Amino acid sequence: MSTNYVEIRHIKKSFGDLEVLKDISLTVKKGEVLAIIGPSGSGKSTLLRCATLLEKMDCGSLSYLGEEAVKEGGNGKSIYASTADLKRIRRNFGLVFQSFHLFPHYTVLKNIIDAPIRVQKRKKAEVVEEARELLKKMGLSDKENYYPFQLSGGQQQRVSIARALALRPNVLFFDEPTSALDPELTGEILKVIKDLAAEHMTMVIVTHEMNFARNVADHIIFMDQGVIAEQGTPEELFHSDNPRMKEFLGKFNEV
Amino acid sequence: MDFSTMCSQLGSGMATTITIFGLTLLFSLPLGLGITFLRMSKNGLLRNAAKLYISIMRGTPLMLQLMVVYFGPYYIFGMQISRSYRYIAVIIGFVLNYAAYFAEIYRSGIESMPVGQYEAAQLLGYNKIQTFFLIILPQVIKRILPSVTNEVITLVKDTSLAFVISVSEMFTVAKALASSQTSIMPYVAAGIFYYIFNFVVAAVMEFIEKKMNYYR
Repeated sequence: MSTNYVEIRHIKKSFGDLEVLKDISLTVKKGEVLAIIGPSGSGKSTLLRCATLLEKMDCGSLSYLGEEAVKEGGNGKSIYASTADLKRIRRNFGLVFQSFHLFPHYTVLKNIIDAPIRVQKRKKAEVVEEARELLKKMGLSDKENYYPFQLSGGQQQRVSIARALALRPNVLFFDEPTSALDPELTGEILKVIKDLAAEHMTMVIVTHEMNFARNVADHIIFMDQGVIAEQGTPEELFHSDNPRMKEFLGKFNEV
Repeated sequence: MDFSTMCSQLGSGMATTITIFGLTLLFSLPLGLGITFLRMSKNGLLRNAAKLYISIMRGTPLMLQLMVVYFGPYYIFGMQISRSYRYIAVIIGFVLNYAAYFAEIYRSGIESMPVGQYEAAQLLGYNKIQTFFLIILPQVIKRILPSVTNEVITLVKDTSLAFVISVSEMFTVAKALASSQTSIMPYVAAGIFYYIFNFVVAAVMEFIEKKMNYYR
């Protein structure tokens, strides 16, 4: 039986009178790479924040590997699982932030190993070894004793990817991982994500990088005004007849 | 009175001043953090109680607060005040007052922390206590050090207010000596002492600030 790694059903979310998410459903299977694209204000970041439990959804359900973090009550209102259950369910996913959010007072190595040791209670020696392995993969082997401020944006973002991976999540979310970076640095991050995709890491990526979404994603969701306006394989989407989709892609081609 | 007697009297005043200073910091720094928690609590009752407390402590003279703490037990409850209570009263008065100021300094530091640090900690599975003490507080301390230095320097000079309830700290001793000897020298000596004390305090704080400059 193949369980969906992420399953989102009928999510709705409003900020005051503004309805940001209007009935969104999606699933992510094991090893799948899902890209979520769309114009600013389309709700894609809010969707990601709801999925990672940083934001509370109003309606709808959310589950990871078949375990319900949020279920639908009567009239569709969201009911969150107990704190203890949520704590366990959170272990399923990691998140890479747009602006990294590394801990500035910890070295690169400590940023990566502290949570696995302190939160997951794993053995220090084993965690350190794994962290060095991750740093090597990120091309940052010589930086383990640096502090975040001593690194470039691209390097900091790679550390934050390593930090998320060190907790061995089943699903890794990316919130516009290259938006805070200079164009010449985005390549480093894209390469890392591609490598992860080759290792069949399950990922959900909110991004502006059209070509990247096209290259790495198995499935693309195009969001517009709080709904999924179009979805499919990259080929299907890039040859879509949907006028909003075409307009969106057109803007990128002009740039 | 010879010079050496004068020195030994000033010396004991100096020791009292340093004790008031040390004990005030020792208790008011943690108490201030506690008051910040109440001030930032989700519970409206606790939050408003802390707000009122801070407002009173900052809105009335420390000198008057010392009087209330010292004479209050007698006037309000009719309790006999022992001589040694004046030393305890001075510490209580200073701690209660300085904790209010430190609470506001902590709060400014905590509120200046980017929300991303909390979110990253939550995603990594840290609980609230771990997040605060491991991730947030160390960064807050670095941010608020300059304001804390200001407050600590003010405290050195404020210790002279213990004079109003006749605690024989530096200033009280200097004043008594000045009248009995009809000399300005005890005041000059006291002034030099306060200046050197603050010079050392500033140097120590600068050292700590430098120490914490290993990250940005």
